[in-house]
Amino acid sequence: MDLSQSLMITGPEVVLSLSGLALLMVAAWSGDKASRMISIAAVGVLTLCALMVAPALGSGAMGPGTLAWFGQYRADAFAAFGKLLIYIGAAVTLIVAPAFFERSRSMRAEFPLLVLFAALGMGMMVSAADMLTLYLGLELNSLSAYVLAAFLRNDERSAEAGLKYFVLGSLASGILLYGISLTYGFTGTTSFMGIRAALSGHMSLGATFGVVFVLAGLAFKISAAPFHMWTPDVYEGAPTPVTTFFATAPKVAALCLLMRVAVEALGGQPQAWQQIVIFAALLSIVIGALGAIGQDNIKRLLAYSSINNVGFMLIGLACANENGAAAMLVYLAIYVVMSVAAFVIVLMLRDEQGEAVESIAALGGLSKTRPMLALAMAAVMFSLAGVPPLFGFWGKFVVFQAAVQADLLVLAAIGIAASVIGAFYYIKVVKVMYFDDVADVVKGPSDRAHGLLLLGSSVVISPLGYLLTIPLAGIAAKAAAALFHSA
Amino acid sequence: MIGIEHYVVVSAILFVLGVLGIFLNRKNVIIILMAIELILLSVNINFVAFSAFLGDLVGQVFAMFVLTVAAGEAAIGLAILVIYFRGRGTIAVDDVNRMKG
Repeated sequence: MDLSQSLMITGPEVVLSLSGLALLMVAAWSGDKASRMISIAAVGVLTLCALMVAPALGSGAMGPGTLAWFGQYRADAFAAFGKLLIYIGAAVTLIVAPAFFERSRSMRAEFPLLVLFAALGMGMMVSAADMLTLYLGLELNSLSAYVLAAFLRNDERSAEAGLKYFVLGSLASGILLYGISLTYGFTGTTSFMGIRAALSGHMSLGATFGVVFVLAGLAFKISAAPFHMWTPDVYEGAPTPVTTFFATAPKVAALCLLMRVAVEALGGQPQAWQQIVIFAALLSIVIGALGAIGQDNIKRLLAYSSINNVGFMLIGLACANENGAAAMLVYLAIYVVMSVAAFVIVLMLRDEQGEAVESIAALGGLSKTRPMLALAMAAVMFSLAGVPPLFGFWGKFVVFQAAVQADLLVLAAIGIAASVIGAFYYIKVVKVMYFDDVADVVKGPSDRAHGLLLLGSSVVISPLGYLLTIPLAGIAAKAAAALFHSA
Repeated sequence: MIGIEHYVVVSAILFVLGVLGIFLNRKNVIIILMAIELILLSVNINFVAFSAFLGDLVGQVFAMFVLTVAAGEAAIGLAILVIYFRGRGTIAVDDVNRMKG
């Protein structure tokens, strides 16, 4: 394995880091007035990186040929799938952000750079083949994310969100790291394949502790219950474009990383993590559904919705087979589109002064004052609830199908029951918009970029999205195959 | 004779102290930052002890990376704390409650 080959395999990361550094220089010399230009350049870089990873997904790359840097890094079809979703999430954030921040004159040149470096870290996370790569990618992403959460420096809620995210995120990193150190001590290696080989027989108590700590740290990052407590506060307090980012890209990265660790490093011992994943899945579904009831802030509601959705995705991982992983990836892709649509709508809710409207009560009678926006919101809510004609149903369908095929009938039954509870609060939002008295708060003009993004994502979650099911299932199957046949 | 167990026990105690420091502390956010450092240092003790015990350098390399990241993490944590203090005029843990939860 020579240097040039490793550089080729890690191409997207090399491009991202070099262009991130170059844009940092631009930001340093020309200041905040260049922020729009830097955002556009950053979207261009992300598009370029997406084009670079796409071939690996198309060809279903897998096996030892995808390893780089002496087994530190793996660029297979699974990593490519994750990276495509991450780059989409990051690019959407960059597109929606300028209109939001320029209204309060707080657009800074650092914003696109932080998103770019976070995307670099997330790319390393999904490509990790060693605990060291995992940790560095995770921290690069987390450190950028803490700053992004506190980006509105003069807003108390934003600073508080940043502080809470930082404290709990660092705690999770510490727990994860402690788990890594124990795993290293009891297996003598940090590479995923090495850990897998070392854990093939009876698992020692120390190694079990290590695995549990690693899983707990990762569960925090995907905001699965019982490590979800930071999510509602951070989602509410962070600026809405940043919340859009948190709900899409880092969630994809952390879920893919969890799959990679569970299947690649701990694949020889599925019984060691399957119970934990089932427990986290059930608890997330139930807490996500119950916690959302009674929320009046739309961003908090969407935070609980994301906890709920993570639970459904974990059902796919709990199957511990290729079918389940493919179902999980399909759900993940659909979830990213639904989140983008939901948060773009939240961004478009503004009152006469252009201030953000976040209270659900203020949406009363939106169907009469802004019929198209209300229709889009209703579609997103029904899709999140998994009501059949919309695309959100397909994600839930494939996941439950995989669970039933893997004989996890109880898990599937409880999941379906809880999704009915979840439907209650989604439909409540629709009821407020269509049947309540006109509150007439949402009056502000919408940005054109927001409108176009909403249009695009609405088409995907509309029944037209079903045209995508076959290609989506095809690439998800290739990615899952690469994950399970990594050796 | 000091064996590997002693190091692992010391690091476990430090780790638990760090976690408790985050959860039981009701006073001040700076103490939370110190508790986070304690957790990372306990991890480093683990890595270096295991590395010496196994005769494998990876653990020490990992410890170097952890040290570097810990420095960046502390810098970012303090920066966030400064903007938080500017807005609120306090860093008491009980006052971090603009949002419920």
